[in-house]
Amino acid sequence: MNKIEPSFRPGGKLAKLESVYDGMETFLFTPNATSRSGAHIHDGNDLKRTMITVVVALIPALLFGMYNIGYQHYLAIGQSHVGWFTMFLYGLLALLPVIVVSYAVGLGIEFISAQIHHKEIQEGFLVTGILIPLIVPINTPLWMTAVATAFAVIFAKEVFGGTGMNIFNVALITRAFLFFAYPSRMSGDEAFVKLDSAFGMGGGTVVDTFTGATPLGQVATNVGDQLQVTNVLGEPISCLDAFIGYIPGSPGETSMIAILIGAAILLLTGIASWRIMCSVFVGGLGMAALVHALPSVTYPASMLDPMTQLCLGGFAFGAVFMATDPVTGARTTVGQYIYGLLIGVFAILIRVYNSGYPEGMMLAILLMNAFAPLIDHCVVSSNIKRRARRAATKE
Amino acid sequence: MATVRLKKGFDIHLLGAIENKDIAFTSPAQSVAVVPDDFHGIIPRMEKKEGDAVAAGEPLYHDKNDEAIKVVAPVSGIVKEVRRGERRHINAIIISPEGNAAVTHDPQRPALDVLLASGLWVMLRQRPYDVVPSPGVRPRDIFVTAFDSAPLAPDLDVVLGDKSKFIAKGVEVLSGLTDGKVYIGTRKGQSIEATGAVVTTFVGPHPAGNVGVQAANTVPVNKGEVVWTLDIVTLARIGELFTTGKVSHDTVVAVDGEMVQQPRYVKTVMGADLATVLKNEAINVAQSRFISGNVLTGVKVEADQWLRAPYRHVTIIPENNDPDEFMGWAALSPNRFSIYRTFTTWLRGLGKPVSMDSRIKGGERAIVRTGEYDAMLPMDIYGEFLIKAIISGDIDKMEQLGIYEIAPEDFALAEFADTSKLELQRIVREGLDKLRAEMS
Repeated sequence: MNKIEPSFRPGGKLAKLESVYDGMETFLFTPNATSRSGAHIHDGNDLKRTMITVVVALIPALLFGMYNIGYQHYLAIGQSHVGWFTMFLYGLLALLPVIVVSYAVGLGIEFISAQIHHKEIQEGFLVTGILIPLIVPINTPLWMTAVATAFAVIFAKEVFGGTGMNIFNVALITRAFLFFAYPSRMSGDEAFVKLDSAFGMGGGTVVDTFTGATPLGQVATNVGDQLQVTNVLGEPISCLDAFIGYIPGSPGETSMIAILIGAAILLLTGIASWRIMCSVFVGGLGMAALVHALPSVTYPASMLDPMTQLCLGGFAFGAVFMATDPVTGARTTVGQYIYGLLIGVFAILIRVYNSGYPEGMMLAILLMNAFAPLIDHCVVSSNIKRRARRAATKE
Repeated sequence: MATVRLKKGFDIHLLGAIENKDIAFTSPAQSVAVVPDDFHGIIPRMEKKEGDAVAAGEPLYHDKNDEAIKVVAPVSGIVKEVRRGERRHINAIIISPEGNAAVTHDPQRPALDVLLASGLWVMLRQRPYDVVPSPGVRPRDIFVTAFDSAPLAPDLDVVLGDKSKFIAKGVEVLSGLTDGKVYIGTRKGQSIEATGAVVTTFVGPHPAGNVGVQAANTVPVNKGEVVWTLDIVTLARIGELFTTGKVSHDTVVAVDGEMVQQPRYVKTVMGADLATVLKNEAINVAQSRFISGNVLTGVKVEADQWLRAPYRHVTIIPENNDPDEFMGWAALSPNRFSIYRTFTTWLRGLGKPVSMDSRIKGGERAIVRTGEYDAMLPMDIYGEFLIKAIISGDIDKMEQLGIYEIAPEDFALAEFADTSKLELQRIVREGLDKLRAEMS
């Protein structure tokens, strides 16, 4: 690396790729710089490690998501007897292009932006790039994912100054962009179960009884006072199915177990705020219990019992991986409780009382992203007032 | 005696700690230097020039804005060189020691005048701004720390030695200079004889020994108030001055760190050259970083330079012991020290002594992780918001968030722990300087 370095420095042949070179060098070798001012020793942790740990925490959800894509597919074409590996392989082939597109577009923009500003490439997109495939419905055309990713990275992140400066969660902006720009592709029968073959694998005819709507989608359109939630073959789904993750949905969000493993990693390493994570669940559970106590046929989601409510859809995934994003969340201790609690409450509120959006988590988190600075402002203001009072009583 | 328990902070245990408390004597210093940068807030106007003879305790220069504030020579001898840097900034005043001439002061004169003339004044600091106090302002209170909690820091009881008998006199003198009280912060098990002072025991990890942390947890500094801060060694020196009429410039220095073969206490004089202090130590100079002070707040010095005035500590750590560490961010080894559980150090316990070199181990980033600064700062201050206010130059916000209570050293531990690798001490220093310029 040292040998080829000069050509990347200003004046060199490849000076336009300086950021890329720096990015590669710091990726391969720990930065050599020693401290010039201040503390002479530094903790071994840096943002690369932090981000990579989050990616590791996402791997269980990613692997299960791949498996579930295959599982739902083979169920839908009436071949549920194929082995788990075939299912996984199909899911892998189906999801891989999305991951590649997400990283290629997002990192491409990050590289260009870093070079324009002559800054180091920042690590934020490592996590965003894997979150996007996990929350975008599997049948979304790749070009849509590319457009949405580009939109989100440029307008939700780079215009604010890059990693650490954004107001809204970038992955959620991608999802929201898709949701509002191409609503017909984001819900209903077609979105969440991949029916055609992936790279020539797993072709077949869809069974007659197929219905591809997610449980929450079904709940939202439920008629009558009996709640009917079924799998793709029209057979009823139990709460356990939802907990393990054998239900249609975005790749990452279906399995409560995989998400909880991720949550355990994030909490054990101390990267995610347990305050936010717990209070989202508490808020969601509380609100779900409240609406369940007042069931109404007009709002069929109110008939779901609280635990099922949390197991379905993107609630758990959002609570563990999205709400805990430190950049867009509340940063004060007290603020984190309020922030998390309100995300939980709003997610269920939107789910139940706004049938246009069967999934409320995305909007709830984005809404609270917008309010997080305000919450922090209030908390910090109380510290300021306390200080001012202290000074005043002295005089 | 009140006890304050502090939970926030962290004790970093480094290799190369001093095991026995014997004090080694060295030969007299070959050269002695005074570095004006050690006395922040003072602009030097020389009283001596190269070739002049000085006695120990005789002024070398005074403050441009207040002629009464003197900085004195720690030894008698000849001013060998006034070393200047860019724009004639004085980097160091170097003295060749010679003779035993020493200045004596009349303890009966007003205490303020004696302190100013003796050169001990510049060892005091004031909050706000963490600068040498201005003699015209009577402080609300005076805070003294009796222990140093930084990594590998000297035991100030050892540094004090038999000088502890002057502490009571020091308290008496300082009590006359404030309308408030003299507060002394001790660690558990330390006994300080000081009638007239309010002694508080602080239990907890570093930075419990920081005088600013102690002040914030007893009587915090408010806007418009001024307090003085100093450590127990300076307090004893003040006591000695008003007992004997002389300032003692002798000092005991802890020499430790991973690169030191025989970590120990050395008795020498303030501003002594490192070559004398480190005599008999075979140190690989090219691979070492010499720090006058501790690894968090000390000053990087070269092997041919001198002890810096505010510190009684020389730490020598490896400069860069793994220049080509491959994919360090992916390391699973518990030897890559981190206080965070993203690495595996915690599995074998964070209390075991570790080797740490001077690498920053990451690129500078925007603040991403939450609560890192607050966890290292046992004060009622939102550290992260304060740092942001300083970076954005928002004076009102800085004041409201409590910048008057802090010194750069209070953020040193946060700087160590910062995932985003920001130079917090430099940021705080610039914020304080900016505010001071704005207010004057």
